[in-house]
Amino acid sequence: MANISEETIAALKRKATILRRHIVRMTHNVQSGHPGGSMSACDLVTALYFHVLRVDPKNPTWPDRDRFVLSKGHACPVWYAALAERGFFPVDELMTFRKLNSRLQGHPEVGTTPGVENAAGAEGQGLSFSVGLSLAARMDHTAWRVYCLMGDGEQDVGQTWEAAMAAAKYGLDNLTAIIDRNGIQQEGRTEDIMPLEPLQNKWEAFNWHVLTIDGHDFRQILAAIEEAQRTKGRPTVIIARTVKGKGVSFMENKIKYHGAATTDEELHMALSELEVHS
Amino acid sequence: MTSSGPWKMESQRAYFAKALIELGRRNPDVVVVGADTTESIKTIDFGKVFPERLFQLGIAEPNMISVAAGLAAAGKIAFAATYSVFGSAHTYNIIRQNVAYTNLNVKIFCSHAGLSVGPDGATHQMNEDIGIMRGLPRMTVLVPADGPQTAKCVDAAAAWAGPVYCRFSRTNVPTLTTMDDDFEIGRATVLRDGSDVTLVGCGLMVSRCLQAAEILGKEGVDAQVLNLATVKPLDEAAILKAARETGAIVTAEEHTIVHGIGAAIASVVVRDRPVPVGYVGVQDVFGESGEADELLQKYGLTAEKIVEQAQDVLKRIAN
Repeated sequence: MANISEETIAALKRKATILRRHIVRMTHNVQSGHPGGSMSACDLVTALYFHVLRVDPKNPTWPDRDRFVLSKGHACPVWYAALAERGFFPVDELMTFRKLNSRLQGHPEVGTTPGVENAAGAEGQGLSFSVGLSLAARMDHTAWRVYCLMGDGEQDVGQTWEAAMAAAKYGLDNLTAIIDRNGIQQEGRTEDIMPLEPLQNKWEAFNWHVLTIDGHDFRQILAAIEEAQRTKGRPTVIIARTVKGKGVSFMENKIKYHGAATTDEELHMALSELEVHS
Repeated sequence: MTSSGPWKMESQRAYFAKALIELGRRNPDVVVVGADTTESIKTIDFGKVFPERLFQLGIAEPNMISVAAGLAAAGKIAFAATYSVFGSAHTYNIIRQNVAYTNLNVKIFCSHAGLSVGPDGATHQMNEDIGIMRGLPRMTVLVPADGPQTAKCVDAAAAWAGPVYCRFSRTNVPTLTTMDDDFEIGRATVLRDGSDVTLVGCGLMVSRCLQAAEILGKEGVDAQVLNLATVKPLDEAAILKAARETGAIVTAEEHTIVHGIGAAIASVVVRDRPVPVGYVGVQDVFGESGEADELLQKYGLTAEKIVEQAQDVLKRIAN
């Protein structure tokens, strides 16, 4: 188990609450976007951007940075919120999300948003893209690592499994995949739309090192990432069990909030639940 | 450049493979991805020289394209090579999001374009790739006429910033150009001067344009021949010059006429210099099994058809 102080955990929790506030406000402001899957992934993204990733907000294209690839592109509100809070661009800019002439597109665009590494929106391409990055890193004997965050809905996509085979073939131990296993996709529960279980066995059968954790427990998240970093000879996938809409009681586990913003009244209620303790 | 036959028949894949190895020697950032067609498309030769720079990804073209994109995002020049039906149609949305929208140095080189694939039949005869690829923002589209131009396309694509799609034939094609000829992306070249009509061809149809010009010459029609090795960015200046100077155009392509070079040229001509245009190409149909030459004959991709169309556009001017 990683030796992480209580202070660090408290700071991460506080940061995650700040990001959730941004997510709810950004999607409310434009009355569109995908809050549910952004909030389920929020603790994972917070752990990465505020504890794990070696990145430089002043030099977003620093060649030796770790690469974070968001395969589930619709969850970009959490990415933008993390990048802004990490200093890649002003926090004020978050409210331009999905607006005309904004640097914060409805789905991630490379070259427009500082810190964004991949375009996503069409599902299931991010892991393959990450395999390419990982192969290049290994060719060049660089120390940077690749972290790819996928949705569980993306486990429906054939290309995800093409990438899984390729990563295992090349033994890409510099690649860590994380699945935001919130159990809900656009039209319903994943197990109704297209059953995924036993998901852990599937990834094990594809010759990956598989860890299943609580995706809202920072100690478990950081321990799993540390174990992935230590694992040699094969890639690691972390199946992070999460709750869609996590952090706001009336949004949790609701299919509706995959792609629906809050009303004015709901925004008020949501923000009152997301209090930041100093 | 030789403007009339008989020409030596050569493999574009052989030129492609050789150029790729030479490029790989000069530039250590060049990598190649394949999808279980590396022997056929000859990228396996690159892998023999640079085993750590060829990635065999199996029958998984979407993954192949995205892996190429990831390699390019980390600074590599990634060549993705397979058959054109797999490297364009099967992977279209992957190319769109991960390559074109992301504006990466992925160079998609596809053999087995058009009807001349032959006995494999319609599933493998890709007659729509030029159209779908030229419709993609940021995509550059190359159609080399012969082996030497295919080799030139490899170097030009590597030096070009951004995505490139290059398509060529499985069958051996007449060698019209030499390795000493200049090649520049975005520039069409005049292979034969003429004043009555311009025949614009790409790929293996360029030699048929030259043959058609010979036939027309005997009938007293002075035909110019333009080799359109770059479909996008289109050499509008060369096309408009041809329209101005000859007053009539015939296009010839081993591709559907719905959205290929004929359509691209017509849109420019209609806008800036309206002249009659005739189209030689695959009609709005799928192909079938047969030998390459039999198919090109049956589907009207011949010098005779180009002559017919030339006579037709000239008739339209006279009327």
